[in-house]
Amino acid sequence: MLKRTPLYQAHVDMGAKLVDFGGWEMPLHYGSQINEHHSVRHDCGMFDVSHMQVLDVRGNDCRSFLRYLVANNVDKLQEKGKALYSAMLNPEGGVVDDLIIYYLDESWFRIVVNAGTAEKDIAWMNQKASGFSIEISPRRDLAMIAVQGPNAREKVWQALPGSFELTENLRPFTSVEMGEMFIARTGYTGEDGFEIMIPAKAAPFFWQALAEKGVKPIGLGARDTLRLEAGMNLYGQDMDDKVSPLEAGLAWTVDLKSERDFVGKDALLSKPVKYQLAGLVLLDKGVLRSHQKVSTSQGEGEITSGSFSPTLGVSIALARIPKEVAVGEKVQVSIREKELQAKVVKYPFARNGKSLI
Amino acid sequence: MNIPKNLKYTASHEWARLEGDGTLTVGITDHAQSLLGDMVYVETPEVGRSVRQGEECAVVESVKAASDVYAPISGEIVEKNEDLDSSPEKVNEDAFSAWLFRMRPDNVSDLDALLDADAYQGVVDSEAH
Repeated sequence: MLKRTPLYQAHVDMGAKLVDFGGWEMPLHYGSQINEHHSVRHDCGMFDVSHMQVLDVRGNDCRSFLRYLVANNVDKLQEKGKALYSAMLNPEGGVVDDLIIYYLDESWFRIVVNAGTAEKDIAWMNQKASGFSIEISPRRDLAMIAVQGPNAREKVWQALPGSFELTENLRPFTSVEMGEMFIARTGYTGEDGFEIMIPAKAAPFFWQALAEKGVKPIGLGARDTLRLEAGMNLYGQDMDDKVSPLEAGLAWTVDLKSERDFVGKDALLSKPVKYQLAGLVLLDKGVLRSHQKVSTSQGEGEITSGSFSPTLGVSIALARIPKEVAVGEKVQVSIREKELQAKVVKYPFARNGKSLI
Repeated sequence: MNIPKNLKYTASHEWARLEGDGTLTVGITDHAQSLLGDMVYVETPEVGRSVRQGEECAVVESVKAASDVYAPISGEIVEKNEDLDSSPEKVNEDAFSAWLFRMRPDNVSDLDALLDADAYQGVVDSEAH
């Protein structure tokens, strides 16, 4: 039996094509994935992301626990509501999960982890918590709706009375509480907008209010092409527990400068970095897909995420290739026994409505 | 689900229509395009190629996935729909006019073994369960 979010009935009513996504019955699209993609780049759309797991970490040792638990440094979080993206590593330096940490106060941090890894993450965190005075509470009573696109904030202000005053000056990657709701200026599309946590019972009403303001529902299909264009990693594809964040394009999220110890730090410091995560644009006709082999002047690599880019009108990919390969180089990708030409590019591919390639 | 009565079908979701000149026009069904979603690339077979029944001879790629298209019967490819190179979305818009290729059957009687509309409806229904 697949799990359903509080918005399941709304998806059915809106004509969603539902699929099994990591054990959750989720909307793939509501008609056309490509139209949904363009809606978010040029106007706005809403995503049910209630399958993602919200965790509240409470207790006196929150900060010291998180300082040890994740690869980014939670000491960057000093201002109430500030958010931090980080990888959580195993002792071998592989990625257990990627997550966002919101700082609320010294005895309360909120973490959002991926749906498919939630149970593994909670077990992992509890194991690492021994010796720290903290408690981890899964918040399945909260639904989460992402509203993304250039007009997203405006639409949320129209649909949610009182939100304008609270969030008009909310900076990117910060958040604010609004009663039982929690509004963060974060997202997974490369567009402006909010991710909003809301009590499960209220979620269908808020979803409906957004729909009445003209916000279109967006499925997981477009969510994937939007995040790929925005150059954002997907756990399980672009990195997993066998892959170092330093070889997955996540070096910017790893703090090796501070003195603090964290899980996986020794492994990161001792293992040589051989690969990079690079952007590819396909020059020939076809579609890049994950696991296709990439041949470069410096050796072999593999596509980790590939698709057709609706914004660029060509196929794009993230690929793990030898770190010596430079931007601008041509590489060959094996697709159905043919060798197609692709070019290495600096990603993101598109953000804020525009191609960056 | 749209399943025209005048076409023949395969269990792998191709449709086929015998033309007056003896050639066979082949495409994928409305059901197939609906499962695949927005089409972004169609790879059609080279003209002159001989294909056997059930052989992979074209590929349709949606945003979601790539899917092989199989020759409904044996024969020689005589024409491919080059329109789809620049407009693969035509397969989504009308799967029964956006044909992929035409072939000259080795034996027209091979068509008798293909499914009629009712039998194909049965295939679609059984997949839904």
